[in-house]
Amino acid sequence: MAEEFVNIEINGKPVKARKGEMIIRVTDANGEYIPRFCYHEKLAVAANCRMCLVEVEKAPKPLPACATPVMEGMKVFTRSPKAIAAQRAVMEFLLINHPLDCPICDQGGECELQDLALGFGRDYSRFHERKRAVPDESLGPLIATDMTRCIHCTRCIRFTEEIAGIQELGMIGRGERMKVRRYIESTVDHELSGNVIDLCPVGALVSKPYRFSARAWEMRAVPLVSPHDGAGSNLFGHVLRGRLMRVVPRPNETINEIWIADRDRFSYEGIYSPDRLHRPLVREGAEWVETDWETALARAAEGLRAHAGSLGVLASASSTLEELYLAGRIARGLGSANIDCRLRQGDFRDQAGDPLFPNLGMRIAEIDSLEGLLVVGANLRREVPILAHRVRKAARAGAKVALVNPAVFPYYFPVAEYLESAPARQVADLAAILAAAAEAVGRPVPAHLAQAVQAAAVGPQHRAVVAALTCGARRAVWLGALAQRHPRFAELRSLGAAIALLTGASFGLLAEGANAAGAYLAGAVPHREAGGKPAASTGLSAGEMLARALQAYLLVGTEPWCEAPDAARTLAQAQFIVAVTPFAGEPLRQLAHVLLPAGTFAETSGTYVNLEGLWQSQTGAAAPVGEARPVWKILRVLGNLLGLAGFEYLSSDLIREELAGLCGPSTAYAAPAYAGAYPAVPGGAAPAAVIDVPMYQIDALVRRAPSLQKTREGRTPAVTY
Amino acid sequence: MSNDSPSAAGAGGTQLLSEHTRREIDHWVAKFPAGRQRSACIAALRAAQEQNQGHLTKALIDAVAAYLALAPIQVYEVASFYSMFETHPCGRHHVSICTNISCMLNGADELVAHAERKLGIKLDESTPDGRIFLKEEHECLAACTGAPMMMVDHVFHEHLTPEKLDQILDELK
Repeated sequence: MAEEFVNIEINGKPVKARKGEMIIRVTDANGEYIPRFCYHEKLAVAANCRMCLVEVEKAPKPLPACATPVMEGMKVFTRSPKAIAAQRAVMEFLLINHPLDCPICDQGGECELQDLALGFGRDYSRFHERKRAVPDESLGPLIATDMTRCIHCTRCIRFTEEIAGIQELGMIGRGERMKVRRYIESTVDHELSGNVIDLCPVGALVSKPYRFSARAWEMRAVPLVSPHDGAGSNLFGHVLRGRLMRVVPRPNETINEIWIADRDRFSYEGIYSPDRLHRPLVREGAEWVETDWETALARAAEGLRAHAGSLGVLASASSTLEELYLAGRIARGLGSANIDCRLRQGDFRDQAGDPLFPNLGMRIAEIDSLEGLLVVGANLRREVPILAHRVRKAARAGAKVALVNPAVFPYYFPVAEYLESAPARQVADLAAILAAAAEAVGRPVPAHLAQAVQAAAVGPQHRAVVAALTCGARRAVWLGALAQRHPRFAELRSLGAAIALLTGASFGLLAEGANAAGAYLAGAVPHREAGGKPAASTGLSAGEMLARALQAYLLVGTEPWCEAPDAARTLAQAQFIVAVTPFAGEPLRQLAHVLLPAGTFAETSGTYVNLEGLWQSQTGAAAPVGEARPVWKILRVLGNLLGLAGFEYLSSDLIREELAGLCGPSTAYAAPAYAGAYPAVPGGAAPAAVIDVPMYQIDALVRRAPSLQKTREGRTPAVTY
Repeated sequence: MSNDSPSAAGAGGTQLLSEHTRREIDHWVAKFPAGRQRSACIAALRAAQEQNQGHLTKALIDAVAAYLALAPIQVYEVASFYSMFETHPCGRHHVSICTNISCMLNGADELVAHAERKLGIKLDESTPDGRIFLKEEHECLAACTGAPMMMVDHVFHEHLTPEKLDQILDELK
């Protein structure tokens, strides 16, 4: 459909605008600023603050620019005496009840009301009566409220309703007694709730953990990338004298838009956890002794070399690309291919068929326009909140979403079909869905799955899943972390890929970790070498390394005992464990022999590869705590001490460039396909158990973020299905 | 408006609503296009309030929300906004003395003070015998020609004086 345009004039300048567009969108696009409070480009138009009043020729009164559609020949004046007078009048009313507590308000210095009061406010108030006071609302451990400062823009209400999908906030009362309130006596529990802090134009909703700790203008904003999930949300770290004070979103329309998950926003608290490791430690008998870097590194190198014949390297899948690459080089340099990041993966049988790197099968921005989606084994809101938000957008635009999960997880969008499938039944259910898909499209199933499909009992629910997936042209099939943790993941993936193939859908795996894709490219998995090339000799997988003890382990940023149930018992049998870690918690102090203090994601430069294969680099934001050093520097020196060649990097950029050279040009953007053909067999193994890890237990950093732990999700124990 | 939130899908029961109230709500819902039942919110609340001797309770608001498949907060917003809805127990006769500009200029404030003295209650309070409820505030009732005025149980009384006020209040049983 061709778009219709109209010609209008803004302040005498002729511009073309899309028919029916609101004036404020046109002026924004053309660089003419109109003051506003309630209008927000991501939210529905409310038109209740009246700050954006402008003069329109032939209109008797000023009109709100956010709610007035453009018409052919319209002449808009945003700074005429009439417009300015209207804007100033609105500002005077807004300031009647707004307290003058800017010096103690966290929003001071980044406050839309403060800024606009400077431009449109009077220098004295004609209002001599008493200002009103409004009782505060408890919105949980993340958001502090000062409701007296509220100017009733309703952005927070519209956010919770339109973006989060929960309708708990509302505008109660009228006139002077109007206030934003919750109805149900509960906190606002949503994985994106922190975004209301950014949306609030005044200091009514501010960050509780950050409260009263810094001023906006004192801090330096440093671009960062989220280290918690595969979306790769863009962040700004705000740093004061080397300390990361808070994290806010960095807009990126193709990934996180302007939102970030609470996990990304508040995990920084974990950086300054009490169990943070400040100096290198070496074990002397049962005692831990603080020492210098030279001694600790020498001890580490000596031990690793002594046990090189039986060495396992376990790295966090949320490490940077550079860290993973060096860890892989050290492992292989010592003659061991035992390196892995997939600590929670339940099944490695078909890893030979892995794509170049685990990926979404599509661009993140393309999710919005999906028409049919099948998600298998994913607690989406927990695993990748930003993708869950995109799926919600698609579903609200009419996409049919079918979910196959071990339990019914709450989603705030219409779900076309929810197939509750216990882990033990999941393979059979997917085989039935594949059979239903073959029936629907009239094509045969791939030969390696014929046996499973023959045994499948196709029910109406399986057909409903296929009907949802095939309702439009743009289709996708995703497997989530619950599928990845399944003991028969190989079969689930094989079946999922076949469903995608038959229905013409793209196929994706929402692999765990912020850098699961990077781990494959960096050679930090046992069957791939740097550049994603198949390994000459395949080492042990994480599952094998944690099932049967090796002599020595190198742990990079990971706490295996939190991720695999038997890990602590296995590691206790090892003779030598080196941990490159920001934290020295209790299990680690009992197990390890050398502890090397490492910088967290915010204290290091590095690169993350997200689930669409996008490489995003950052520089270090905060100064490392104590004597902690960025992991890449630690591994680089360790490489030197181990006598490995080519460990002379002067910066993490050089490491990335070297690896990029090995990866070749194809990594720029591609969605490499799954090439496996794992035969799914009917019946199969004993009942399967799959653990659903709570959102704030997913990695070492969030586990140590106290405010996140205080939320309802933070207090929720893991469930095993 | 979206109704796809689980909290909209009727967490509370609707059994609190009487058969008559339900029929009244159905009558109003039928006037709007399908899926636009939110438009019947005011009428539904009015029916629920009538059923409960002139005031709404949280349970009733929940029941209306569940019956209309709306989020409770959306219904509570409406109930708290409009001055014809009461969310606390109150007297059986609703007395609203207009204090908007025309009435104010014609002595409404003195009338309010007079009524408060006479009944021994403040605005937004009810007499202990449950006879009279003095509404706190009402928007202009568009009877400025007869200012000062008041509305008693949907009936307008104009050109008020303290004596006339006494007489009207005394007649309420």
